[in-house]
Amino acid sequence: MRLVVVHPGDMVATAVVDIAAGTTVKIMNDGDEEMEITTLDEIPSGHKVALVDVPVGKPLIKYGEAIGVVTQPIKKGNHVHVHNVESQRGRGDRSGQRVG
Amino acid sequence: MEFMGYLRPDGQVGIRNYVLILPSVVCANRVAEQIAEAVPGAVALPHPAGCAQVGADFEQTKRTLVGFGTNPNVGAVLVVGLGCEGLQPDELVAAIKPSGKWVEGIVIQEEGGTPATVRRGTQIAIEMSSELSQMKREPFPLSELILATECGGSDSTSGLAANPALGVASDLLVEAGGTVILSETTELMGAEHVLAKRGCDAATGKELVDIVNKMEEDILRMGVDLRGSQPSPGNIAGGLTTIEEKSLGCIYKAGTTPINEVLAFAQRPSKKGLVVMDTPGYDIPSVTGMIAGGAQIVVFTTGRGTPTGAPIAPVIKVTGNPETWEKMRENLDINAGVILQGKATKEDVGKEILAEVIKVANGKQTRAEILGHREFAIWRVGPTV
Repeated sequence: MRLVVVHPGDMVATAVVDIAAGTTVKIMNDGDEEMEITTLDEIPSGHKVALVDVPVGKPLIKYGEAIGVVTQPIKKGNHVHVHNVESQRGRGDRSGQRVG
Repeated sequence: MEFMGYLRPDGQVGIRNYVLILPSVVCANRVAEQIAEAVPGAVALPHPAGCAQVGADFEQTKRTLVGFGTNPNVGAVLVVGLGCEGLQPDELVAAIKPSGKWVEGIVIQEEGGTPATVRRGTQIAIEMSSELSQMKREPFPLSELILATECGGSDSTSGLAANPALGVASDLLVEAGGTVILSETTELMGAEHVLAKRGCDAATGKELVDIVNKMEEDILRMGVDLRGSQPSPGNIAGGLTTIEEKSLGCIYKAGTTPINEVLAFAQRPSKKGLVVMDTPGYDIPSVTGMIAGGAQIVVFTTGRGTPTGAPIAPVIKVTGNPETWEKMRENLDINAGVILQGKATKEDVGKEILAEVIKVANGKQTRAEILGHREFAIWRVGPTV
């Protein structure tokens, strides 16, 4: 087991070992459907890889819930982290109004 | 299933049998520490509060200190005051007394200074320790246990392995009639809508959403960005991207049962089963609040690894990260990393956690206890005046 998908329909899987860029990994998504993912970036252990393309402005889904909003275009196989997803909560830096 | 504990006069059951040396104010810390050092079985509770506090902040500090005094892991309490402080030692003694346990107070300005108060306090603590040493453990059902759950130094393995395993243990304890506390309000942010559906009624679900909103409004009012603090730099290095992601992994600790009550910081649960306490995500005050609320034991999950314990309650450390298990082995009690290695299921590890809770309740020392970790912090909610 190298990648874990927590919830059916999640847009990301979590690496449980370090995975080099250009590695093809088979994973089980949506319970029984097997899919292949080829990493475009290095995915350190504990970090996330995109299972689908996600455009800017869309919520990023893990645990079946939104964990933030996409800020840079994400391609299937990309490393997903603070450089392309950002939190919508506790953002007092945004004029004091809660967003999302 | 049963555990062996100490019956207190008010019917609560302790799993440790401490003499608590309780300073009412920071000025009495040194004296309290010297008394505790001199008497085996005694533990001091040094803290930076007790004076120049007002309103809810004063009340919360008092509730926390009284909660430690009335926690059933404590058999007797010696309050040490300075004399002129805002939180008067007499008030603490009076608030702890209804528990029926032996409680006394001494005052530095009345005894005549540090050495005289240490001498007098040591005499009292020796008598208390002698008395408590005669107590015998008796069998009690698991329904007498209040388990505090905590996660700290989290990484992605926390939400994938350690917290789901703890959730299994939480469900088993609730099924056995016990009480489980979920806390860390900051780390419910982004997951509150999921948890609120589990409220035992609509009002409880709303109270849960209300404490999260209050926490977030405090942050927004200050005009600050939560990022950088939540998730912490270590959380981010470990793969957690946002507080929403961290929270959704955090709530697995609470298992799957209904939420029966939402408690203020350091408040005693009035119901059994799963309850939520309003605390910060900051580990030490969060654990402090739950112990002040009567928890006898803590299960603390970690990804990055953290050594912390608590002054009067054993803290069992569980990691979901196989590397951390190897690297910080001496600080850790249970390896949930086997789940991600495919060597065990979360159900297997959940049962192991509950079995460890019972062993530790019966007297087994946790790593944090053996290593002398006794971290304590009061959640301050007002200005120092």
